Amino acid sequence: MGDFAAWVFLFLVFPGIVFSTLLGLTLSWVDRKVTALVQMRRGPPASQPFWDVVKLLGKEVVVPEQSWAAGFITLPFVAFSAAALAGTLVWLALIGSPVTTVGDLIVVLYLLAIPSLAVILGGTASGNPLGAVGASRDMKLLMAYELPFVIALLVAVFQKRPVGAAEASATTLSLQGLLAFQDAAGSIISRPSGVLAFLVALLCAHAKLGFVPFDLAEAETEIGEGAVIEYSGAALGFLKLTHALLLSTLPALLVLVFWGGMGEGAGGVAGFIGKVLLIVVLFVLIKNTNPRVRIDQALRFFWGPATVVALLALILAQLGW
Amino acid sequence: MPATASIFTRALKKSPWVFHVGTSGCNNCDIEIADCLTPRFDVERFGIRLVGSPRHADVMLITGPVSRACREPLQQAWLDMPRPRVGVCVGVCACSMGAYKDAYSVTGPPDKVIREVDPDAKFVYVPGCPPKPETIIMAVIKLLGEL
Repeated sequence: MGDFAAWVFLFLVFPGIVFSTLLGLTLSWVDRKVTALVQMRRGPPASQPFWDVVKLLGKEVVVPEQSWAAGFITLPFVAFSAAALAGTLVWLALIGSPVTTVGDLIVVLYLLAIPSLAVILGGTASGNPLGAVGASRDMKLLMAYELPFVIALLVAVFQKRPVGAAEASATTLSLQGLLAFQDAAGSIISRPSGVLAFLVALLCAHAKLGFVPFDLAEAETEIGEGAVIEYSGAALGFLKLTHALLLSTLPALLVLVFWGGMGEGAGGVAGFIGKVLLIVVLFVLIKNTNPRVRIDQALRFFWGPATVVALLALILAQLGW
Repeated sequence: MPATASIFTRALKKSPWVFHVGTSGCNNCDIEIADCLTPRFDVERFGIRLVGSPRHADVMLITGPVSRACREPLQQAWLDMPRPRVGVCVGVCACSMGAYKDAYSVTGPPDKVIREVDPDAKFVYVPGCPPKPETIIMAVIKLLGEL
């Protein structure tokens, strides 16, 4: 029974759902605060994201007449559980928990795609034409960024480098394995191929979060929040929580795969927090200095330059750079 | 605030999300509403956000005297907002029709039009042509105090 209680604690409280959600809400405050500072405003107080979510949980949930009600209501919770599970897997590996999971990089990639899929299905289930437009854009965007994202993550898996006289390579898909390799041989980002792959993965994560310039699925000025247009109350609140979870999970995943996680050689816990904050601030600065792209421009960017750079990084990684 | 106010009411006061409906006004009040979002006034300090869909909103800012063409869309947008919901009539046209009173093309004012479909709707009135951004912010804050 003790083991079972420990697992429940690990998955539900720390480092699972409660911890990563609170962290994500805090990071979404960092996002809004830095945005305000860039625009020379004062910005919201630190408690703002929490109040937003509490308010949404207390509001009426309207189910549109023309919608597929069952799917419309359940899909935000599907998105939330997938993001929470992905966050839990990443954090379990990061804190070096003795509880081992069979979930590796591929599982995390699948889980990170589910929130987008749930939003796409929810948008089409709402029966709103603008929701359908947003869902179709989200679908194209998902196909656009997944390809370079996967290739960029593979760079970390296949990077070869000389260690002493021998040549080492991580060649493992397990998150713990990647961390162990970086502890032994230095972080992935310390080599040219790692830098290129990190930049590509950063931009793909940016698009996954739906930030400007890749927010065309939620463009509030033209299609009124896109796929989430019909959501209200608790359902919308859970979509906001999902976004907060992704905002804490994606930077943590990037630091884990490319930047040595919380390893002693990589700066420990303080270094980890600094890196996550740096990545989030980079997201916010990109978001605030770029206008929204069209869907064809986004597709051309991700399947063109981004994929080419990711492939180049993969070749460099194989050559030992 | 009464001691019995639930945590949800407190949260509503901390994060009122606003949906803006222009019902064929002269665009002057709409510009003043946009001014509230600028760095000088920065309504995000109070948690106020402008949202793109009435489903996400708690407060509806209404400008203009409601022309015939705007009548049904305004009623529909109001019914689309999840409860609890409140309205703010911004500008003299939205309060009492102003210069458009008795004109053949308008059917307002907006509070009357909305009460035809939702008799319990609550409103705050912000007169002025146009009202200053400070006045609009003060109206929203006062409204939240009344909840």
